[in-house]
This record gives sequence, C-alpha cells and structure tokens, in this order.
Amino acid sequence: MTYNLDVTKEHCPMTFVKTKIELNKLRKGDILNVKVIAGEPLENVPRSATEQGFNVLSVTETATPGIYNIEIEK
Amino acid sequence: MSEEKQTKKLSIIAFSGDFDKLTAVFTLATGAAAVGYEVNLFFTFWGLDAIKLKLGRSPVGKGFLPKVFGIMMGGLKASPVSRLNFLGVSPKIFRYMMRKNNVATLEELVEAAKQLGIHFYACEMAMHILGLQKSDFIPEIKDVLGVASFLKLSEGGQTLFI
Repeated sequence: MTYNLDVTKEHCPMTFVKTKIELNKLRKGDILNVKVIAGEPLENVPRSATEQGFNVLSVTETATPGIYNIEIEK
Repeated sequence: MSEEKQTKKLSIIAFSGDFDKLTAVFTLATGAAAVGYEVNLFFTFWGLDAIKLKLGRSPVGKGFLPKVFGIMMGGLKASPVSRLNFLGVSPKIFRYMMRKNNVATLEELVEAAKQLGIHFYACEMAMHILGLQKSDFIPEIKDVLGVASFLKLSEGGQTLFI
C-alpha cells in the first residue's frame, strides 16, 4: 500500500521524527511518500531512511517549487 | 573482527524540571531515535516532574514534605522556564509561540518519544528522597535504576547531562 505524509510545515526534529513514526507503522513492501521542503529535511529524511535500511526509491521536486517528494519503501 | 552491527546509542540524564531544558532533552532524544539511535532517558531530581502521571500541581508522594514538593513543583504542565519565568506566564507564552511557529511543543515531543520506543528510566535515589513510587509516573517508565545500572546501560554510547 502507498501512504502519504506532509511535513512541509514541520521543523527539526519533527520532520524526520514523524517520518520515522509513519515508517514504523508500515508493512514490508509498503511505500511512504513524504513531502518536504528544500534544505535540512530534504537532506535528513532520505539519509536517515537509507541508514536505517529503508529503500529510498526517488526524490523529485513537485509542481510547487521548493517542495520535494521522497518515495520510501519499507 | 566482529561483524556485528554497532547500534548508536544516546543516554541523557534529565536532571532539570525546567520547561526549556526538558524541551532540549526531548528534542535531542526524539531526533536521535528517529535517525536510528537507541535512546535512554534517565530522570532524576527535578527531571522526575516530567514523567509524573499527574501533569499539573498535585500532592504526589508519600509523607508531608514530599506532598508539599509535589504541589510546589507539579508535573510536566507546571514546568517553569529556567529564566524569566514570571510566575508561570512564560511557559504559556512559549507554548503559544511554538504552536504559532509550527514547532513541536514539549507535550508533542514527549508523545513522539513514547511512539519511537525511547527507554524511560527513573532514578531510585531521587524517588526515595521525594517519596515517589513507580506508580506515580507514566506507564512508559521501563524501570527504576541506580547509578551502576545506568552506567551499564549507557556504556559504549554518548551521555549528556541536562
């Protein structure tokens, strides 16, 4: 299943805290699309997901400039 | 050479019951847990106020003096800021400013810490002085520890005193 999470209004550490909490809820093979702003969240969210063994499938800029979508597979 | 994967570990001694210092404790703790650290929080002295089941001012504790302390210090909702507390007005202003700026409040950080499976421990000696029991605290308190057990837990990781 695919889930969505928007952390564009969040700040450190809640950007990656909320991402981790959501990832913990997923089953193996599920996908989480995380919407983040450029800067620290864009660097931290994919890096911490990769370090913890999740699969970062893609990082793409959305139609709104400065907002990115990170596709993470559990 | 061992092929075992080393778990990164952060242990924080939460000594202060101040709102701002507790915010630092839970910000660091949740951030570390979210990036894969094993996190241990050891609450001692005024830090114990943060994990009381009663969030406001309440006569928690066994005996007259502990009850007086319980009312004076209160729980998480009654935590003062370390500077310019203005009789408890400043924490309310801080909470308002945090919400307004979309920054997680202390209560949200504590909730996130629970969800991330951070380990909460209470200091046996401070509990004894303040007449507190494990049942006075939130159920997430994993255990009541002494110094030796905490040192064993924190071994091989980073330790902070806040």
